[in-house]
Amino acid sequence: MTVEIEGVMRHFGTAVALDSISLTLQQGEFAALLGPSGSGKTTLLRILAGLDFPDAGSVRIAGTDVAAVPARLRGVGVVFQHYALFRHMTVAENVAFGLRVRPRRHRPDNAEIDRRVQRLLELVQIPELAARYPQQVSGGQRQRVALARALAIEPQLLLLDEPFGALDALVRKDVRRWVRSLHDQLGITSILVTHDQEEAMEMADRVVVMDRGRIQQIGTPRALLDAPANPFVAGFVGDATRLEGQIRDGRLHFDGLPIDPIAAPGADGPVAIFVRRSDVVIERSGAASEGFHVALVRPSNDATHVVIRHGAIMLDGVLAETAAAVKRGDQCRVRIRRCAVFGATGDIIAVERARALVDRD
Amino acid sequence: MPGLGVSLGITAGWLTVIVLIPLATLALRPWELGFAGVVGALLEPRVLAAFRISFGGAIIAALVSIPIGILFAWVITRYRFPGRRAMDALLDLPFALPTAVAGLALTALFAPNGWLGAPIEQLTGWKVAYTPAGIVVALIYVALPFVVRTVEPVLRDLSLDAEEAAATLGATRLQTIRRVVMPTLLPATITGFALGFARAVGEYGSVIFIAGNMPMVSEIAPLLIVVKLEQFDYAAAAAIGLAMLLLSFMILLLLNMWQRRLRRGHE
Amino acid sequence: MTTAIRPAASDSWPVRWVLIVFAAVLATILFLLPLAAIVAEALRRGWEPALAAIVEEDSLSAMRLTLLVAAIAVPVNTIGGIAAAWAIAKCDFVGKRLLTTLIELPFSVSPVISGLVYVLLFGAQGYLGPWLQSHDIQIIFALPGLVLATIFVTFPFVARTLIPLMQEQGRDEEEAAVTLGATGWQTFRRVTLPNIKWALLAGILLCNARAMGEFGAVSVVSGHIRGQTNTMPLHIEILYNEYMFVGAFAVAALLALLGLLTLAIKTLLETLTDRRMGAHA
Repeated sequence: MTVEIEGVMRHFGTAVALDSISLTLQQGEFAALLGPSGSGKTTLLRILAGLDFPDAGSVRIAGTDVAAVPARLRGVGVVFQHYALFRHMTVAENVAFGLRVRPRRHRPDNAEIDRRVQRLLELVQIPELAARYPQQVSGGQRQRVALARALAIEPQLLLLDEPFGALDALVRKDVRRWVRSLHDQLGITSILVTHDQEEAMEMADRVVVMDRGRIQQIGTPRALLDAPANPFVAGFVGDATRLEGQIRDGRLHFDGLPIDPIAAPGADGPVAIFVRRSDVVIERSGAASEGFHVALVRPSNDATHVVIRHGAIMLDGVLAETAAAVKRGDQCRVRIRRCAVFGATGDIIAVERARALVDRD
Repeated sequence: MPGLGVSLGITAGWLTVIVLIPLATLALRPWELGFAGVVGALLEPRVLAAFRISFGGAIIAALVSIPIGILFAWVITRYRFPGRRAMDALLDLPFALPTAVAGLALTALFAPNGWLGAPIEQLTGWKVAYTPAGIVVALIYVALPFVVRTVEPVLRDLSLDAEEAAATLGATRLQTIRRVVMPTLLPATITGFALGFARAVGEYGSVIFIAGNMPMVSEIAPLLIVVKLEQFDYAAAAAIGLAMLLLSFMILLLLNMWQRRLRRGHE
Repeated sequence: MTTAIRPAASDSWPVRWVLIVFAAVLATILFLLPLAAIVAEALRRGWEPALAAIVEEDSLSAMRLTLLVAAIAVPVNTIGGIAAAWAIAKCDFVGKRLLTTLIELPFSVSPVISGLVYVLLFGAQGYLGPWLQSHDIQIIFALPGLVLATIFVTFPFVARTLIPLMQEQGRDEEEAAVTLGATGWQTFRRVTLPNIKWALLAGILLCNARAMGEFGAVSVVSGHIRGQTNTMPLHIEILYNEYMFVGAFAVAALLALLGLLTLAIKTLLETLTDRRMGAHA
């Protein structure tokens, strides 16, 4: 089942929540709406669910314009941010709700409802909790109840609004993978709303990055990392540090940093430079000069993370594999393996692969 | 959310028929006397005296209710003692007790031969029942719960952290209360005062038994409306009613503006 | 529920006990002594005259009338109050603040004025008076007037109790219900109502207590016709003015009992909901 969103606008008073949003999802796709709070992602989700309505533009679900279809007739399953479980109903009653409120002629009989609830609880692996109340089960279990409840109406589209936000870090990782595998098993077109880029990158086939009511970029997780479309995406996706610089005569200069200029195409002028931690390679340098020095060292499994500073500027990097250990206060030099550079208009100029060792000496 | 049309329709119909149309007649009726007539009716000495008593009494009662109300709110939110729940429940009594019953009870209590009236008169020579003092007592009774119930939730929510922080910064307990607790309570206190005042200024049932109802001395404005109605002087009754409403709304509006200024300061 | 008091923010025990004792004395004077005085006055000549005053014919008819008025006014305000609370707490529309203010309006109108407006509208010299007279419809000095005045005075109770609770509960559960296919009515009955039922009951009780105890507003529209338009509070006044003190205080004691009962049930309901809330946290 496909979802086609075209030119959707939504204002709240004078504030623009959604600005000309257009987006098409394929049958069975798992997409993520990724953005900071206030980016409009939840508004878009509510419009798809029929809980909010656009001021302009159209939404088609499975080819049907849903502008006049109220939420209860859309058949869109929603897993709410705080689950919105019915607190006065047991887990089983929660899951059965969508079946019980059907008009009598479409309503399965009680035995059939019980059977389906049982099946759904087994699907989400909590059949033993059927008689409990929501406040008697853990966060992760509530999440499963919410999912089973949404699946009970056999939705053609499943919307997940920050579904993992209320879980602690350990549970979150498990539940995330489990939800994704459930999606692969059921094949329901799904949209995940999240502000957590790691979550979006791990779960989604395609990620829609949003900011201030606009879509900033749509692409596979790989594409977003390799070719961010603008400074916002470069900064938001993939832990990059933003540095200021200039392009002069085909070379990129780093403002106020002891990093030698590197070759870069593009017109002269100020630029924004985004470097990821893994692309900042650090080595100890002998000379006591006005270079970088080590501010923090944090060993980790893959590489040693090092935070270095020069004046007021801090930069995240990793220790070069062959390099000797460093400690706080050591002088060091830096090699930028790769960076994304954006001109004043926000257009990408280059994702530069700098092969040469760039250092002070 | 569905049901907006239905619920708004019911609400609007209910509101219009029961409240808005009837209140509109109050705004219309006085003017059959002409503007000069309305002014004349309101400037009658007996009317002016009644306004002084009603508004003065309500303001005094609401002011007296502030310290008593804060005391009650403080005691029931901060301390644990036997009978706390009972005291908490009793504070709502004026909401639940019919006003005529309250009036009758206070009259019996403060009458010259009453349990409290007699000793008070013996000790101080003051009479309470059948004087303006009796009116104020009855109005305190009705206004007090409003102060308690608006201050109480703020006091409950006011985290002890703030008080503890003040203590670690070297403030004495009294300084903490004066500089940390009281300013936080001020907006709620104003709201409580406003609610208590609004209730007291129009109060009838609990006052007329204890007031004595002497024209010019202890006759409240609502009673004067009843008197005018009994004389079939509808227009004058409406004029007094309208003036009462406008005057009390003006006072409430001023209090509301003051309170909003304070709230804004806190944000 | 407040948390346990921690030392740095607590008062020394002398301060604490002075304040508690002071509050207890004040509460006794303001709330307990008046109740005791009613009972004492009613029983001044023993049980029999007091009971006789209550089962006397005019008293009984006043009770019947009071019950009848409340039986009409309370359901009207319950339905209206629920509708208003739903619209204000669960829906978005322009003019919400105005509507909230208007619903609260009757609380800041003197009860006497609440009665007065119906006299101005329906009384002999009221706007609709002549028309009503020519059609032989009696509103003022009759049951409809009593009912209208009572509805006016008790108008905000249910809405006021529900609105803050429903706003606090948010719309999540209702939105979930709607996405699962529930109609507006199903959503209200199966999701909203179970969550507000205790508060609703408390609101209805308060509304009822005020409806049965209202004095000023019904006094203006009643005409004080014994056995016909006299409610219990009005009956108390008549007895008192006729120096039948035992009777007046006996009926007052009965009404006071209603108030106390209301209070007791309301407190019980609050304890119940507090416990429930505790379980949710």
